[in-house]
Amino acid sequence: MALALFKKTPLAPPPDIEAASLRSDRFRLARETDWRRLEGIVLALEKNRPRRISDEDLLALPVLYRQAASSLAVARETSLDAGTLAFLEQLVRRAWFQVYGPRTSLLTWLKRFLGGEWSVAVRALWFDVCVALAVMVMGALAGWLIVARDRDWYYALVPADAAQGRHPGASRAALQETLVGQEDGQGLSAFATYLFSHNTGVTIMAFGLGFAFGVPTLLLLLYQMAIFGAMLWVFAQAGLGWDFAAWLSIHGTTELSAILLGGAAGLHIGRAMAFPGQRSVLTAASTAGRRAAQVMVGAVIMLAVAGLLEGFARQLVHSTAARGAIGGVMALGWLTYFLLAGRRLNLASPKAA
Amino acid sequence: MTAIAAAAERTRKALLSRELITPEGLALPLTLASRGARAGALLLDLATIVFGFIVLGIVLALMGLGFLTSAAANLGAAGEVLIILLLLLLFFSRFGYFLYFELGPRGATPGKRALGIRVAARPTARGGTGRLTAEAVIARNLMRDVEVFVPAIFIIVDGSSMGLMGVAAMVWIGIFVLFPCFNRDNLRAGDLVAGTWVVEAERRTLPHALSLTEEPQRKYRFGEAELSIYGEHELQVLEIVLRQDNPAAMREVLEAICRKIGWQAGGGVDDRAFLEAFYAALRARLEGDLRFGKRKKDKFG
Repeated sequence: MALALFKKTPLAPPPDIEAASLRSDRFRLARETDWRRLEGIVLALEKNRPRRISDEDLLALPVLYRQAASSLAVARETSLDAGTLAFLEQLVRRAWFQVYGPRTSLLTWLKRFLGGEWSVAVRALWFDVCVALAVMVMGALAGWLIVARDRDWYYALVPADAAQGRHPGASRAALQETLVGQEDGQGLSAFATYLFSHNTGVTIMAFGLGFAFGVPTLLLLLYQMAIFGAMLWVFAQAGLGWDFAAWLSIHGTTELSAILLGGAAGLHIGRAMAFPGQRSVLTAASTAGRRAAQVMVGAVIMLAVAGLLEGFARQLVHSTAARGAIGGVMALGWLTYFLLAGRRLNLASPKAA
Repeated sequence: MTAIAAAAERTRKALLSRELITPEGLALPLTLASRGARAGALLLDLATIVFGFIVLGIVLALMGLGFLTSAAANLGAAGEVLIILLLLLLFFSRFGYFLYFELGPRGATPGKRALGIRVAARPTARGGTGRLTAEAVIARNLMRDVEVFVPAIFIIVDGSSMGLMGVAAMVWIGIFVLFPCFNRDNLRAGDLVAGTWVVEAERRTLPHALSLTEEPQRKYRFGEAELSIYGEHELQVLEIVLRQDNPAAMREVLEAICRKIGWQAGGGVDDRAFLEAFYAALRARLEGDLRFGKRKKDKFG
């Protein structure tokens, strides 16, 4: 008996159609049962409980949806019952959202994404990647040159908390100290997580700022790389240039690539809005935005990897050669993936919109 | 006064109403969510997140874990795991909360649901209606970071003390925050980039049919002259009055109708029965005209 409580309440019996005096009411009463059935199915879908829908109902869904849509079209021309019209409109709208809603769950989307769609999206942004790369190289060069000319610029460029004792004129020993890893793994994982969320914030900002025609994105890239160039100069002065580069490259190749992609994604949107070509600005922005968003999700994944490398590998691997090797392998891996993955995918589905 | 308010409400609706052409060729009316509703939904969601963290903090405190820093120092490995979890939680509440809910079948966060609005794909210029894709939802929520969280952090750390830089940042942030006020579709920057918009998605139940009772029609007979006065708009107002079933309002409407059609509103009539009869008769006539392609919008038409 208790089970009966959880059973679906049976649909109300069809009303007496003959009793209706108006033709539009007879029209409504004849179809009401189907509408209510559709409403029940849509509600279950909205609640994300598709298992509650019986097989027959699921098969009937497209038919019921089209019936409701055609009922609405007929009712608009024949019925003046505002209540029924409003109900039909919201029913068809809700059913439309379900029938033509997003087909993929987050998981299947991720699988397809890693299986090549990511590389395809990155390759589509090749021009923006080149521009962002050029700007980053320019930033690093500028940082180096400015500090080489006048040391005081270093303090203006590098924030105090990022410097942590890495000053121009600091002794070689003091600089070497900052490059040495820790012996035990205590506290490293928390550190890695912190780095991940911080760097991701910066990258997502680089993406979001692209909205203003890409200019702030380029400035952000320029500034971040100027800091890097200035630091590199300080270490090179002390004869530790290679050690610093290796220390940085272990996670830096991954992290800098992610920042590069984030900046390129932002730039892509900015560029599409500044030069929409034949399309309207809104269409251009949304097409670019969807493509750039894919690249951004990839950048976040790369930053998670970079955070792990930075938190663990950098502190636990000590030799310059080993650090450089890890960094090099990572860089090569990413490059291969972006250049090669998903080539066949692209050919198999040409412009599936 | 109420007439003016009603008229203002109608123009607001007209400004916000859009049309969506389904693949079946049917024009579905959509109402864009107002800026107020969207701001309210956002505040609700942020409040939910903050409230969640307060509850978590209380629970942790009750478990005797105290503040994070001391927990890490005292607990060693366990404390570290805890801090990682907290950092990840912070990260996911910032980026994942909106993403998860808007990718669901309802296309709305709990705050949006509470206010009866949802995210939908904006029709393209060519008139097609793309479906809402995962990429679009991701794009609009990555932009949210620049629009909501960066300004919030800026206000919390008090950017006004930064001098000229602070003013520049304020202007910059203002552009993003006020963006929805400067376009027709109430798009925020994220909507623009993702090709989405936010529409009303309220749920309605099917009301009972009003003109089913046959009895009253026998009692009152309306002629050509009486029924040719009113149009569709008045019919729908009458429908609303009948559904609300408020005796005072029904009496008022009955008197107004009787004045108009030149009848005497007597004392001993059943108001509802009369109005139902008039409603059924008027609707029958207007729908009859409709079948011949004649529409009468209102009493002036």
